[in-house]
Amino acid sequence: MGKITGAQAIVNCLLEQGVKTIFGYPGGAVIDLYDALMGSEINHVLVRHEQGAVHAADGMARVTGKVGVALLTSGPGATNGVTGIATAYMDSIPLVVLTGQVPRVLIGNDAFQEVDIVGISRPCTKHNYLVNKIEDLVPTLREAFHIAKSGRPGPVLVDLPKDLMSGEMLYPPQRPVSLQSYQPNYNPHPFQVQKACKKMIAAKNPVLYVGGGVISSNASKELTELATKLKIPVTMTLMGLGAYPGDAELSMGMLGMHGTFAANMAVAKCDLLIAVGARFDDRVTGKLDDFAKYAKIIHIDIDPTSISKNVKVHVPIVADCKMALTAINKWLDENSGINFDEEPDRNWPWRETIREWMSKHPLCYKENDSIIKPQYVIEMLHKHTGGEAIITTEVGQNQMWAAQFYKFAHPRHFVTSGGLGTMGFGLPAAIGAQMAFPGKMVIDVAGDGSIQMNIQELATAKQYNCPVKVAILNNGFLGMVRQWQELFYNKRYASTTMNVTPDFVDLAKAYGAVGLRATTKDEVEPVIQEALATDNIVLMDFKIEREEDVYPMVPAGKATTEMLLV
Amino acid sequence: MKHTISVLLQNKPGVLSRVTGLFSGRGFNIESLCVAETLEPGVSCLTVVSRGDDAIIEQITKQLHKLIDVIKVTDIAGKEYVEREMVLIRVKAESHTRAEVLRIIDIFRGKVIDVSARSYAVEVTGPASKIQAVIDILRPIGIKEIVRTGTIAMARASKTK
Ligand SMILES: Cc1ncc(C[n+]2csc(CCOP(=O)(O)OP(=O)(O)O)c2C)c(N)n1
Repeated sequence: MGKITGAQAIVNCLLEQGVKTIFGYPGGAVIDLYDALMGSEINHVLVRHEQGAVHAADGMARVTGKVGVALLTSGPGATNGVTGIATAYMDSIPLVVLTGQVPRVLIGNDAFQEVDIVGISRPCTKHNYLVNKIEDLVPTLREAFHIAKSGRPGPVLVDLPKDLMSGEMLYPPQRPVSLQSYQPNYNPHPFQVQKACKKMIAAKNPVLYVGGGVISSNASKELTELATKLKIPVTMTLMGLGAYPGDAELSMGMLGMHGTFAANMAVAKCDLLIAVGARFDDRVTGKLDDFAKYAKIIHIDIDPTSISKNVKVHVPIVADCKMALTAINKWLDENSGINFDEEPDRNWPWRETIREWMSKHPLCYKENDSIIKPQYVIEMLHKHTGGEAIITTEVGQNQMWAAQFYKFAHPRHFVTSGGLGTMGFGLPAAIGAQMAFPGKMVIDVAGDGSIQMNIQELATAKQYNCPVKVAILNNGFLGMVRQWQELFYNKRYASTTMNVTPDFVDLAKAYGAVGLRATTKDEVEPVIQEALATDNIVLMDFKIEREEDVYPMVPAGKATTEMLLV
Repeated sequence: MKHTISVLLQNKPGVLSRVTGLFSGRGFNIESLCVAETLEPGVSCLTVVSRGDDAIIEQITKQLHKLIDVIKVTDIAGKEYVEREMVLIRVKAESHTRAEVLRIIDIFRGKVIDVSARSYAVEVTGPASKIQAVIDILRPIGIKEIVRTGTIAMARASKTK
């Protein structure tokens, strides 16, 4: 094989890694790479803002489980991508972000559009590189993909000086990546598995607390098997929604700040908490001293740093969730001597207690005959999509209502910025998800504030015939912040009133999309039906009850049993 | 409690800022930090002294280990180990104190490495406690300048073999 340019080698390497689609925005530092991409088999999606590129790659990664790829130019292109990178980092999403850099001789000279993006992104990437030699180009990219998707996944940034991309090189033969200093452990320790199984069998009031790790390791089936076998009630974090069917008998829904009454009570009272791929975030635990205070804790996680970070764990299992759950199920079948099919009373009366909590305080809201309630919109979206849509969200009340009222039946159907809480995530993420699954219904549940943070991506959706739907729960407020002000700041609505918002129906038209509006309850279903039947981008503007609050709510720093209810 | 943590890492560009960034970003403290090459090409050894309760030290070691370029992390506080630090001290040495300074340095098995009419520069090596002791004793005589290397440490060889 003859010599090729560095840029061509990058394209070849992306193809070698199985990349089909990348999201990006060109500039001087990456112009060679764009030249090589043109006419290649890689489908490049030109976004309208680099943050959108990273979120779209992220959305694609979340729904497929594969590494998402974004390409940004140096300087402002790279810095615009940082919020997207941090978003993926907090939620452990596998991404490779390629950034252009000024030529090597200019690095450190404050050259035009030079920024130390490796320095800037260091704390919000799993790893990052500045490629220094043209021979390192391809091996570094291979390492980047390997690191992004293995162990606890995360974003990896590769900074590419322009002169390397225009330089010439031989393409190195493919080789498996092996790193002396990075060898994630996937296999559970058999002794720990046995210890955990015995605790699970002996428990009277157990709870499974399930996080995003179950989704990222594709362990829903194994989790469901365990829950069913031992009849253990399940609660999920925001990131874990869909890991276990939301309407299954053992599901208590989400826990934490806006979790269900039953889930928070169950965690507070349980005698055994089995955390799987979750990290005891403060939005989940509330006041730490009171969190699961009667429980022994089993914690399965691929990342040793998550274990005993916030809460002391009694049985740690450092492993891939899927492999750990498989080992647990196997041990229970082979070594417990119990026939689980003949145990109708296992965890009874605990399950009865939970059922009572659920019927005493189900997720609910005050219905209204004319004013649109946001929860009702989500319920109708669920009804008319048969619960099968991919839902992305923005951040705030819209996100919480989507999490509470769309009962997710499958993993990888709820795409939300959990750890960072990034407004502006939902629309570009929806584009990424829709491109991965052109045949699926993809809906961004949005607030009128958040949607304006990356509204420009409507043009991207239009350019690539990506018929995403956006359901704006329009309350004319930065609703979640307003809710805190209402409850904890004497209703002083400092800077949370959005007095001027565009007419979203007209705005949709301007972008070549369809705009629909509902102002009363009986308009909601027709709008949804029309939107779902439209083969174009649709912006649905639901004028909802302006001061509706998200309940239950655990005030920050309080115990999770101290919930404010409807 | 004070802990000495020894870290083997790949000597890649930026690796030191990954380590220090981890400490500052997560609010861990660094009392001293030393780094230099090992016998193996491309591998460096970093010794960091930090303070914290057991949970914090556990997080520090786990977080260090999570860095892609880190090969091995050992919290040697829990083990039998030898630690050394070197200090260079420029101490006032005028006619009436010159002999006393020499005596003190001799007791600490230190060396005079630079001499001027009114001062000595001395070198002392030892565990952190000894370094502190020599500083405390010389302080009343008049320390003009001081430079410490920070601690390096090594686990003791197993005695049974
Ligand atoms: C980029 C960004 N800036 C600020 C915030 C803080 N914040 C969290 S929720 C929220 C309000 C969101 O308002 P809107 O999108 O209208 O949604 P609503 O809560 O009304 O449903 C704000 C400002 C954030 N999460 N992200």
